[in-house]
Amino acid sequence: MPDLVQMTINGVAVRIPRGSTVAAAVLLAGSSALRRSVSGELRGPLCGMGVCFECRVAIDGRRHVRSCQLLCREGMEVTIGG
Amino acid sequence: MGERAEFDVLVVGGGPAGIAAACCAAEAKLRVAVVDDNPALGGQIWRGEPASPGTSQSATWYQRVARLPVHIIAGTRVFAPVGPRTLMAESEDGVCELAFRKLILATGARERFLPFPGWTLPNVIGAGGLQALARSGVNVRGKKVVVAGTGPLLLAAAAHLRQGGAEICLIAEQASWRRLLAFSVGLARHPSKLKDALALRRELAGVPYLAGCWPVAAQGKEKLDSVILRRGAKTWNVPCDYLACGFHLVPNTELAALLGCRVEQGRVRVDDFQQTTVADVYCAGEPTGIGGLELSLVEGQIAGHAVAGHLDAARGLFAKRKGLRRFAAGMDRGFALRHELRNLPQPDTLVCRCEDVPLGRVREHSSWRAAKLLTRCGMGPCQGRVCAPAVEFLLGWNVESVRPPVFPVRVESLIATAASQSPS
Repeated sequence: MPDLVQMTINGVAVRIPRGSTVAAAVLLAGSSALRRSVSGELRGPLCGMGVCFECRVAIDGRRHVRSCQLLCREGMEVTIGG
Repeated sequence: MGERAEFDVLVVGGGPAGIAAACCAAEAKLRVAVVDDNPALGGQIWRGEPASPGTSQSATWYQRVARLPVHIIAGTRVFAPVGPRTLMAESEDGVCELAFRKLILATGARERFLPFPGWTLPNVIGAGGLQALARSGVNVRGKKVVVAGTGPLLLAAAAHLRQGGAEICLIAEQASWRRLLAFSVGLARHPSKLKDALALRRELAGVPYLAGCWPVAAQGKEKLDSVILRRGAKTWNVPCDYLACGFHLVPNTELAALLGCRVEQGRVRVDDFQQTTVADVYCAGEPTGIGGLELSLVEGQIAGHAVAGHLDAARGLFAKRKGLRRFAAGMDRGFALRHELRNLPQPDTLVCRCEDVPLGRVREHSSWRAAKLLTRCGMGPCQGRVCAPAVEFLLGWNVESVRPPVFPVRVESLIATAASQSPS
């Protein structure tokens, strides 16, 4: 059995393999988009390496965190679509 | 105030160049730290490998650095200099001051992205970008992937995604067969490169590789459904789950520029010992010009020996570096961008994804500075890292501009920076 981390994405509980980044967790949970752009377009990750900021989400209430560079932690609360 | 730590040598960037530099400096008994914004060492090419090295080469370097008392500061992003020989960095836990006697910049490269209609749709991702996500836990098994753009990274990404179970529909390389052939002839002079290329070819057996072919549009409503490709006079539609698309690499020179190092034609200028135009600041790997893994390792070692004063050890690597730089120059020629790519974006195609500025509005201005001030192009969180290289290609503008902080940081971090700069 893979080692899983329990966390929430927009309030929905998900279990994600330990060692995954938050960006990977959101995609694994079935969403391609992580945020809305200033004109309202849906956006997903682009660079995958912390440069483009398209993957930014709120984590435990802290906004603008690059989800591609942060590993999932037990109990983490992720908010996407902001 | 955050904490302060002092080192003989601070290496910024924990990819191959940074690891090699840190090893050589630490083996000379210097106190060395490596700071990197990713969760672990490896940079992009070795991302996710400390736990399970993908090659004997990466395993060798990981073992070498692990045996040394090198201080690894991961998940931490350098954002500004404060005073002489001190950099401020931010992590999830707060800020810290990193002081050094010598600095080695090994800040790597990023993908070049070019705008075309639909490129902002979710699931249009960089080629290296999708590879990085796959290494970070994204499951690509059974997904249909079109790999497009230019450069050797397309093959490496496609091979990696295929290993992960993706179905690679095709690889569209914008360079012509004629240019690729000239590049391949150069490969023959570099046995290790040739071996890598043949191994990739084997892993990609059965996958169509089309030269002189590029994406003209991505289609879909809330996410990507299909890609329109062009080759010669022919245009056709390929349904897919992901478009993995990147147009070779751009050196990350921002921190070097901020420290006053001379940057010429997008590359950090260095001397024979990898020292920049600023004393005691060295630079190794992709920021000095895109050259790939082997050149990064060699430049890293030269920089590491040089900061330790082991100049003969550094000199011993000059010939190897020269050969690899020749190969890099061939790569630049082989994968030069064709002019047709300038016609891909339409007036309403977004160029700046942070501020949603379309090409038509950017074109109304006569310079990068004017466009920034009047349209906010390049003024969002990525600070132009994505759109500036695109605008440089599309409009031929000089897009060099950098100011602190080199990455957006929390207000608390700026306050801490101001506090440590003010005389106490």
